Amino acid sequence: MSPDKLAYMANQIGKFFVTQTSEDGVASVADHISKFWDPRMRRDLLAHLDQVKLDPIVRQAVEKLRAPA
Amino acid sequence: MTLIHEIDYGTQAANATQLVTLQVDGHEVTVPEGTSIMRASMLAGIKIPKLCATDTLNSFGSCRMCLVEIEGRNGTPASCTTPVAPGMKVHTSSDNVRKLRRGVMELYISDHPLDCLTCSANGNCELQDTAGEVGLREVRYGQNGQNHLEAPTDYSNPYFNFDASKCIVCSRCVRACEEVQGTFALTVEGRGFASKIAAGMNEPFLTSECVSCGACVQACPTATLMEKSVVDLGQPEHSVVTTCAYCGVGCSFKAEMRGDTVVRMVPWKDGKANHGHSCVKGRFAWGYASHPDRILNPMIRAKTSDPWKEVSWDEAIAHVAAEFKRIQAKAGKDSIGVITSSRCTNEETFLVQKLARAAFGNNNTDTCARVCHSPTGYGLGKTFGTSAGTQNFDSVEKADVIVVIGANPTDGHPVFASRMKKRLREGAKLIVIDPRRIDLVRMPHVEAAYHLPLRPGTNVAVMTSLAHVIVTENLIDEDFVRERCELDAFSDWARFVAEPRHSPEALEATTGVPAELVRGAARLYATAGNGAIYYGLGVTEHSQGSTTVMAIANLAMATGNIGREGVGVNPLRGQNNVQGSCDMGSFPHELPGYRHVSGDAVRGIFEKEWGVTLNPEPGLRIPNMFDAAIDGSFLGLYVQGEDILQSDPDTHHVSKGLAAMECVVVHDLFLNETANYAHVFLPGSTFLEKDGTFTNAERRINMVRRVMAPKAGKADWETTMAISNAMGYPMNYTHPSEIMAEIARTTPTFAGVTYERLARESIQWPCNEAAPEGSPIMHVNGFVRGMGHFVITEYVPTDEKVGPRFPLLLTTGRILSQYNVGAQTRRTANVVWHAEDVLEIHPQDAEDRGIRDGDWVRLASRAGDTTLRAVLTERVAPGVVYTTFHHPVTQANVITTDYSDWATNCPEYKVTAVQVSPSNGISHWQVEYQALSENARRIEAVPAE
Repeated sequence: MSPDKLAYMANQIGKFFVTQTSEDGVASVADHISKFWDPRMRRDLLAHLDQVKLDPIVRQAVEKLRAPA
Repeated sequence: MTLIHEIDYGTQAANATQLVTLQVDGHEVTVPEGTSIMRASMLAGIKIPKLCATDTLNSFGSCRMCLVEIEGRNGTPASCTTPVAPGMKVHTSSDNVRKLRRGVMELYISDHPLDCLTCSANGNCELQDTAGEVGLREVRYGQNGQNHLEAPTDYSNPYFNFDASKCIVCSRCVRACEEVQGTFALTVEGRGFASKIAAGMNEPFLTSECVSCGACVQACPTATLMEKSVVDLGQPEHSVVTTCAYCGVGCSFKAEMRGDTVVRMVPWKDGKANHGHSCVKGRFAWGYASHPDRILNPMIRAKTSDPWKEVSWDEAIAHVAAEFKRIQAKAGKDSIGVITSSRCTNEETFLVQKLARAAFGNNNTDTCARVCHSPTGYGLGKTFGTSAGTQNFDSVEKADVIVVIGANPTDGHPVFASRMKKRLREGAKLIVIDPRRIDLVRMPHVEAAYHLPLRPGTNVAVMTSLAHVIVTENLIDEDFVRERCELDAFSDWARFVAEPRHSPEALEATTGVPAELVRGAARLYATAGNGAIYYGLGVTEHSQGSTTVMAIANLAMATGNIGREGVGVNPLRGQNNVQGSCDMGSFPHELPGYRHVSGDAVRGIFEKEWGVTLNPEPGLRIPNMFDAAIDGSFLGLYVQGEDILQSDPDTHHVSKGLAAMECVVVHDLFLNETANYAHVFLPGSTFLEKDGTFTNAERRINMVRRVMAPKAGKADWETTMAISNAMGYPMNYTHPSEIMAEIARTTPTFAGVTYERLARESIQWPCNEAAPEGSPIMHVNGFVRGMGHFVITEYVPTDEKVGPRFPLLLTTGRILSQYNVGAQTRRTANVVWHAEDVLEIHPQDAEDRGIRDGDWVRLASRAGDTTLRAVLTERVAPGVVYTTFHHPVTQANVITTDYSDWATNCPEYKVTAVQVSPSNGISHWQVEYQALSENARRIEAVPAE
């Protein structure tokens, strides 16, 4: 899937969680993406991390998704 | 089977707790204080003759037919308007009253046609019955005096006639229009002998303000207002109670039948959602079920450019299974999926998601709620703990202030709107938050205290500024917050909304709403007593749809407006079974009952029940399916009862996605627009042709009952079962009740639901050990999640912005007479009210562009363009244009974009930057699409034998 579109969607999620002062934003973004995104979407975004523009909190969250559980 | 005759008690029930005992013709009867003598008598088993009285209307006392004698009182009072009193002794059939009634009836009949044998009401005429009851034997006046026997009939309404020659001017129709429907379209014109019923300004029904709800027809005691279908087919001989298949109100109807032909649909008085009322769609627009456009044979084709070939059910099902297996073998098990329908039953929806999870082995299941109320699921889940409206519809009767946000109930949910209007006429206050001046803002006997005409896309800013006023002016319900909510989260939220940047004054430039209106509305909502919020897709279909839902929940919690009658947060669901389709696990991340697929324990329940291992990862949502198709990883789709090409945003993108798939299976009543890209067509069944249940917007599970055999041979649940069996995963249900039993076994909120109980009464979930009678109101003693959770709602402007190329904002919606993509309503006489989609544009914007009312205009966005006619109106603010999406000729969604809600991917239908310009005719795209559509609908001729 289009990495730019996936990055845009991920940044949208980040823009919400970054404002939630009582939550760990990185963890929340990662949790949201793993709970609502089909694995191929996550894979495609991870595969193009160096090509897409992600907000800092989102980049950390997506990196976290790469790490084995 | 028999015809259901509901008892008419003549007057409405009294609600008093104090009881009164009296005697009627020597029989003792005890009734609540305030009950009329007429009703008390009926409860004692004695029917008093009546004409102007009926128990759905207030007592009127005009016909003088229900006169009685009361010991110790003078005269012969009307029993419908006289309340009972302790020890009262009533005589309903004394010589005196019999004589009086007969005399009155004689006068009525002297001016009434004596064509009973050929009259359409023959066999179901209250006038005829009452003449019999009073023993009328002669009409001494004859019929040669002055009369109304030559009064003309108004045939203008497509569904009913108004034969003025048969009218007795009892005024039941006028009162039904006022009291039940709240439209005030009818009146009694003239005085004395010249009195007559008139629609609008004494004009034909069709051109008057009449909304064809049918309340007047139902109330008429003669053949004056009569359904054309009864005129054509005769009186029905049996009836079956079922549930309307249109909007999320879920009205109960009696399908009145002659054999297997529907004669008429009559709203059922005992229906808990509608209490005997209806709208033009449910009451009259059911003719699509027998429309010649219906496809009744399965069809297949190798390529979408080929004509369709009719095949047997066996061949079609085998073809589907072979194709899906081929695709999975080639591209993996995640390469196919399903879309469940919010128009189908709970049982059918449950089976389709089960097909994906158990037979396909993936979670690629989604539903049309994705594009409407998925943010409700996320937002209310996060704040309250579950995805559902908090109230029953009856609750509105206790509301003191009603807030309508991004919804247009008089068009989208008309039967509930009538109840809302009734409460407003009783004095409740109204706040409307909507970019358009919807009818509720000002209509007969209803006027909003506040209309906040916000700029499309600024919902969150407005909701947060309302919260700012409530917090900074100390209007919080501190007891409720302390006892029921997480205090840390509340404190964070209160600090956030109190920031000066969230004040109405600071946000006025952003939202376009004058600050004083926001302040006034906030004060009213927080202080007027019971505050009830009702919202629609104007809330959810935004890039911040989920955030707005949470902002609404914050407001309700902050003001303590949760957990009792008259308050709450109420999503008005668009389609008949949106609530049910969500409940049934249609979403790719949730199993039935809103439980995430990653939960081992939850998966374990279904793995044990279904005998398979389930995938713990979420599947694709609808927009993701199109992206994955274009990408080549998603190649097969089974779509039940949904026209995604017409209903989903960014039509070009949807068609590209569908065209990239190798096997698209459309299971529907008609060759819809999606079928242009399909390889298999499986004929569907209407709600009249199957058993099952729908769940309405108040979580009420209502029975749907089969009144005729499926025209194509299979109910939809049987078709899904056949696909599953052919795929190698056995499904062997013999009746939908067995599917409901499986739902109850696996889903705690449905644990107490059975067909046996549903046959007796509807049930509102949760219905289980903790709530054995169901749950009319939710979160009464605590939230589903425990403590209510406040969420910070930062306003993030949409990236869909106006600019020099696209300077206007388009918002879309629907109209009273049409439903969703119009597949059903376009195939009924409802097209007389809405034959085409039009563009509402403010006169100033129109003048700036040289556009006159009725002109063809080109509507263009960065996604695409179409043409339609312009309607100049001040309902929309300058800078905003509006259209509906009911007609495929227009395809409003060729304009909408792929922007979507951050949490759920619900499309941002309500904000599209557009330009409008004069046009000579339909666009290039429309010409091309029309040609494609005609080509794709060809059906191969079967050679004559």
